[in-house]
Amino acid sequence: MMLTILTALPVVGAIFLLAIGDRSKPLTRAVALAFAFASLLLVLILWHGFDSSLGTMQFEQRLAWVPALNIEYHVGIDGLGLLMLLLSAIVVPIGMAASWKIEERVPLYFALMLLLQACLFGTFTALNFVHWFSFWELSLIPAFFLIKLWGGPKRTPAATQFLVYTMVGGVAMLLSFLAIYLVTGKFDFIDLAQLAQSGHLMSNVVASLSMHRFMPSNIAMILFAGAFLGLAVKVPLFPFHTWLPDAYSEAPTGTTILLTGAMSKMGVYGFLRILLPIFGPQVQAVLTPLLWLTVATIVFSAYAALAQKDLKRIFAYSSINHLGYCMLGIFAVAKYTGGDISLLTQKFAAMDGVLLQMFNHGLTAATIFWFIAMLENRSGGQRGINDFCGLRAVAPVFAGLMGIALFSSLGLPGLNGFVGEFLIFKGAFPLVTWATSISVIGLLVTAIVILGIIQRVFSGPLHERWSGFPDLTLAEQLSLAPAIALMFVLGLYPQLVIGVFNSTVIQFVQHLNF
Amino acid sequence: MTSYSHLLQLAMPEVIVVITAIFALTADLVLLRTSSLRTRLSAAVSLATIGCVAAILSIAHSTDSVNLFDGMLVANPLTHLVQIALLVLTIFVLLLAVDSEFTENVGEFVLLILLATVGMMFLVASQNLLTSFISLELLSLPLYILTGFDKRNARSSEASLKYFLFGGMSAAFLLFGFSLLYGFANSTNFVEIATAIHGPSLNPLVILAIVMTVIGLGFKVAAVPFHFWAPDVYQAAPVPVAAFIASGSKVASFFVFFQIFSIAFGGSAGSAAWMHLIHGWVPVVAGVAALSMLLGNTVAITQTSLRRLLAYSAIAHAGYMLIAAVAHTPDALAALLYYVITYSLGTIGAFGIIGVVEKATGSDKIADLSGLSKRSPILSACLFVFVLSLAGIPPLAGFFGKFYLFVAALAATPGSSGLLWLVAFAIAMSAVSLFYYLRILKRVYADSPEGNSTPVQASPLTRAAIVVLAALVILFGCAPNLLLQPILNAIHALAA
Amino acid sequence: MLAWTIYISFLGALLQLLLPKGNNTLARALALVTALAGLAIAATAFLTHRTGELITVTNYAWIPSLGINFHLAADGISLCLILLTGIVALTGVLFSWNIDRRTNEFFAFYLLLIGCVYGVFLSYDLFLLFVFYEIVIIPKYFLITLWGSTRKDYGAMKLALYSFIGSAMVLVGLIAAYVVAGGKSMALNDLANYAFSVHFQMWEFPLVFVGFAILAGLWPFHTWAPTGHVAAPTAASMLLAGVVMKLGAYGCLRVAMTLFPHGLDPWGFSLLGLSSWRDVFALLAVIGIVYGALVAMVQKDFKFVIGYSSVSHMGFILLGLMTLNQIGISGAIIQMFSHGILAGLLFAVVGRMVYDRTHTRELVLLGPMNLNKAIPFAALTFVVAGMAGMGLPGFSGFVAELMILIGSWRAFPIFAIFVGTGIVIGVVYVWRAMQKAFFAEPGDASTQEPLPPITIPERLGAIILICTSVAIGLYPQMLLKIITPALNSPLFDGVRKGGW
Repeated sequence: MMLTILTALPVVGAIFLLAIGDRSKPLTRAVALAFAFASLLLVLILWHGFDSSLGTMQFEQRLAWVPALNIEYHVGIDGLGLLMLLLSAIVVPIGMAASWKIEERVPLYFALMLLLQACLFGTFTALNFVHWFSFWELSLIPAFFLIKLWGGPKRTPAATQFLVYTMVGGVAMLLSFLAIYLVTGKFDFIDLAQLAQSGHLMSNVVASLSMHRFMPSNIAMILFAGAFLGLAVKVPLFPFHTWLPDAYSEAPTGTTILLTGAMSKMGVYGFLRILLPIFGPQVQAVLTPLLWLTVATIVFSAYAALAQKDLKRIFAYSSINHLGYCMLGIFAVAKYTGGDISLLTQKFAAMDGVLLQMFNHGLTAATIFWFIAMLENRSGGQRGINDFCGLRAVAPVFAGLMGIALFSSLGLPGLNGFVGEFLIFKGAFPLVTWATSISVIGLLVTAIVILGIIQRVFSGPLHERWSGFPDLTLAEQLSLAPAIALMFVLGLYPQLVIGVFNSTVIQFVQHLNF
Repeated sequence: MTSYSHLLQLAMPEVIVVITAIFALTADLVLLRTSSLRTRLSAAVSLATIGCVAAILSIAHSTDSVNLFDGMLVANPLTHLVQIALLVLTIFVLLLAVDSEFTENVGEFVLLILLATVGMMFLVASQNLLTSFISLELLSLPLYILTGFDKRNARSSEASLKYFLFGGMSAAFLLFGFSLLYGFANSTNFVEIATAIHGPSLNPLVILAIVMTVIGLGFKVAAVPFHFWAPDVYQAAPVPVAAFIASGSKVASFFVFFQIFSIAFGGSAGSAAWMHLIHGWVPVVAGVAALSMLLGNTVAITQTSLRRLLAYSAIAHAGYMLIAAVAHTPDALAALLYYVITYSLGTIGAFGIIGVVEKATGSDKIADLSGLSKRSPILSACLFVFVLSLAGIPPLAGFFGKFYLFVAALAATPGSSGLLWLVAFAIAMSAVSLFYYLRILKRVYADSPEGNSTPVQASPLTRAAIVVLAALVILFGCAPNLLLQPILNAIHALAA
Repeated sequence: MLAWTIYISFLGALLQLLLPKGNNTLARALALVTALAGLAIAATAFLTHRTGELITVTNYAWIPSLGINFHLAADGISLCLILLTGIVALTGVLFSWNIDRRTNEFFAFYLLLIGCVYGVFLSYDLFLLFVFYEIVIIPKYFLITLWGSTRKDYGAMKLALYSFIGSAMVLVGLIAAYVVAGGKSMALNDLANYAFSVHFQMWEFPLVFVGFAILAGLWPFHTWAPTGHVAAPTAASMLLAGVVMKLGAYGCLRVAMTLFPHGLDPWGFSLLGLSSWRDVFALLAVIGIVYGALVAMVQKDFKFVIGYSSVSHMGFILLGLMTLNQIGISGAIIQMFSHGILAGLLFAVVGRMVYDRTHTRELVLLGPMNLNKAIPFAALTFVVAGMAGMGLPGFSGFVAELMILIGSWRAFPIFAIFVGTGIVIGVVYVWRAMQKAFFAEPGDASTQEPLPPITIPERLGAIILICTSVAIGLYPQMLLKIITPALNSPLFDGVRKGGW
């Protein structure tokens, strides 16, 4: 029940906002934020009631929806789900805060944000494909409109590209799952995972489908390709990433926070919840090409970030880069089947790293984009890396706090960004040594990028243009404080978060049986 | 040997009508010479109406079932029914005539109409070649004269002459055919003729007789290719006369068509079943029916005059009705009677409205109907009913008539697909007809009145008559049993 | 009680004609009350009869000598469609609130149309069904020709003639079946139980099916639909695309498939890969789906986009019927309901909200008007309706299209792929239209007059339709609960023999 309420709450908020309309902008913003905090509160209550020692689904709820087609309303969360809910609940208020300066059609903007949040909650709690896919596709709508109506000059092609890519991927995934349903009669993730575990899933599929005249023999691969495509577009993986830089940079920054903080995680979540458990053998079969793609993603995006001049585009590519590490971890886990205890330990480490990286990157990227929003607002819309110079002199607090966030993104030990990447590399190195080695390049180049930003924006001689650059106000400092504090806390005491999902990871990896 | 008094008794309805006719003529000539046209018309029509009503009552009271003189005078429930229908139609036609201005010769007019009615009544009561022919002439000759009654209009005389020449020629053909039959059968009675010409194969003379009879009777019902008189007559004859030709005369003619062919030519029917053609009169009539439907509907599309359109539509409807003759079963007769009676009611109503509009606008062009719905909502609504009934849209009488006709036609040849081709063709042609019928209604309802937009005047009597006719069309459409059951009872009584 | 939906509508129509001319308020009020009454009766029946089985509503002897009775009955399928009619009728009245020319005649024809539609869905005697089906042509014609817009005379006549030709084919088929069955009865179950010979059914089925399918917009007999719907005034388009086209699909299921199920059997030979009428019509339906979607994608006139999208969606319904399995046919019926609602909504936005204000439907002219700012409610409604029409989950179209997809996969796997393509193209054309009409680059704001705001009746109508679509999308069981037992009733025995 709780999960349904959680998903419904932002929807109620959105309708409420649309109903009260344009009466008073501050009121609208306050109400929106209130709803976001209410969701956060609910998630914290869920966390409190969550038993971290169990690795199974909790807070489950099942309702028959279309019994004839075996479509149910089945929700539940395990450690992974709860982590994602936490992330979404944290990222949305940050996104709203960054959108405080939006002046046009404020109720609609915040209503769309709340709807997006509802879709995120829905996706992360759904356990039946149709229900999951519904939220997956529905999330595109508010995102599209957020970009289209409040975005930058090139917003229309950016929004359209975003939509088309994701939708095409979605359709591919839908077709694959329909095929699976037609053979097994199931849409439920848990059931399908169990079926796959027993080794019967794909053999059944191949057996029944190959009886039709035109079915190719490697039908299992084709179904995998469909599902993979849908998820790869979302993460994104090279070469399906081309929609992302435009979308991130043209979107209003508050929306970019949501996109990078939470929506991109939907892709990785999909890999974990759907692709690995159900299509395990197929992943293993094409693992080497997948690793090449991952490596390309990591390295290419890092270099691309280096070449950018627009801060948002830099961090767009940086997001691709950071999520590439997640994919590295996932594919590393998929490399070997079963295994003795040392192998398992590495797998646990890698997987822990993946989840942690998802959370940390979400938090860090959100905060960085928040800072970029503040830069934009203060400078009248500029956000080029060469536009600013020597800001440390006039806005030391700003430079300091943003510096912390930047270093976290770089992966400085002591801040949250480090732990995730460390665990991934630790776990992946013995498993997929060559890929991990090449990926280190990504780490290095990212470091160069971040340091370059710090140098060019904050250090150096102060340009008179920025002599009036206001520092952070008290209100801003107070609102940023939790995020920054969290970065330190998670950097020094990651167990706080790892404890949420550790059991889940262990059970998950153990059940991966290819 | 039947006495003349008995004969007079049996022919009492006809006698009443004749006396009424003479009385009306006398009254008009003697008493009303100096009164206004309207008074004279009203008086004459009232007399005629009373006479017709009296005749109806007389028919209703008689319960005899006789067959005198080798079928020269037949009285049974079926003929009674048809005669009552004919008289009712005549009454409506006369009511429409009250408003007319086309002639000063009121007495002659009413006389001729009533004499034609008498001809029709004798026609349906005849199962003998001689009386059929005489009655047919008694029906036709007044109609030729009546067509030319509008002396203000040169085309009326032209149409009258055309009608007469055509009619005379076809009467000659008919007589020739009858004489051949007499030669064969040595009798003029239908049943005896049937026995005589019955045989394994068709005698060439019988074939000739069939063709001649089809020509003669086909002219009367305006079937293709004997239809050339119809458009001109419909266009030029005075309104009541056109209504009369289009209604009562059709009822009688179709009835006798059916009777002659199904009884007299019964043995040499043949068959028009698809892929199973057997020589006889049935394939001939089927061909005539198909041609009528085709020509009537396609040429109607191009008409700009409402009267001519109704004429071609009448030709098309003649085609539909001939399908009943092709089927020649008792059910088909019932369907035919239902169809032709309701068709007549609708046609009289339509002509009534045409009369009103012509008086107001002076022309019979469809274009002049523009905006009629604003100028006279009630008359437009009635026109709506009549036109849609002609098109065959439920719940009006025209739809059920077509439906029942088609059912009877398909049921005529059980087991084989038989007349399906004819029925399918008929339905296809109805689809074509919807086009020009809807176009009329579009003019009436959608277009705005050009020029004159004053309300159209019509006398209360005419208006009442038209409304009653529309009501009957709706009533018989929604509750067809009201008309159908008596017809079926009459036909079944015949078989019993 | 259900019969009163028909009677009240006819009564309302008659009363409209007797109202004093020029009193628009009275005419609108009367129409609203009548439509509301109809909906109330329909909804009550829908909510109380949850077993989905056949209930006889009325049965009077009409023409006993021919075995024709005034026999009304409803099963689960009819109840769903009657509810649809009630909802669309009410919202149609709401969207016609601004008609001010010959208002009482407009609503008279409108209510006559509604009454006849109720009649078709309720008829159990096939003669009665045909009567109602045929009468529908007349108010359709007049609604378009009197109050329509683009090429109304041509559109109205084309629509009337195509419909009449379709019903002519049905008439031939019905009469033939009636005569062959002995001419004793026109009741549905009597004719359904009569064992027509297979040869007979083999030509009867395509005849009657095509006759009904013309009205349902089967490709290639669909050309009347876009022209007619574009020409019609908004409420008429809503009814025509939303409900009247469903009459055709209903006839296909209720008459053609129920009476002549063996017409769907394989012929015994194969022609171009097709081996039965079932294959032929499924192929035509799929072509309709894809063709309709492709053509909708290139239209310049906003209303034509919706018109062609209707052709595409009707293709789904016909394909669902041809799958001959329970999922496919149930999906088809839900799609009938869903598309009825959504077509109504889309035409309402395009016709009433946009065209009545901007007086243009050209997408290139609408773009600069910045409609999403000028009439945001219309933009919002169109987005929701468009998403629903695309088959987005949460709305009624999703369940319907999913079921049809699955059903057609079981029956014709190859066609299922094309169906998927159709769905994707569906997304594209809706998106394109939405972009161009509402969210294009705004033009010079100073040259444009402000548009009148969206009125209360329009808002009410839109909300009713959206809520219905969402309700069915979230809880399709509401419909499925009565559809399934209806499909399992003895009436569909013949269909089931074809492979359930």
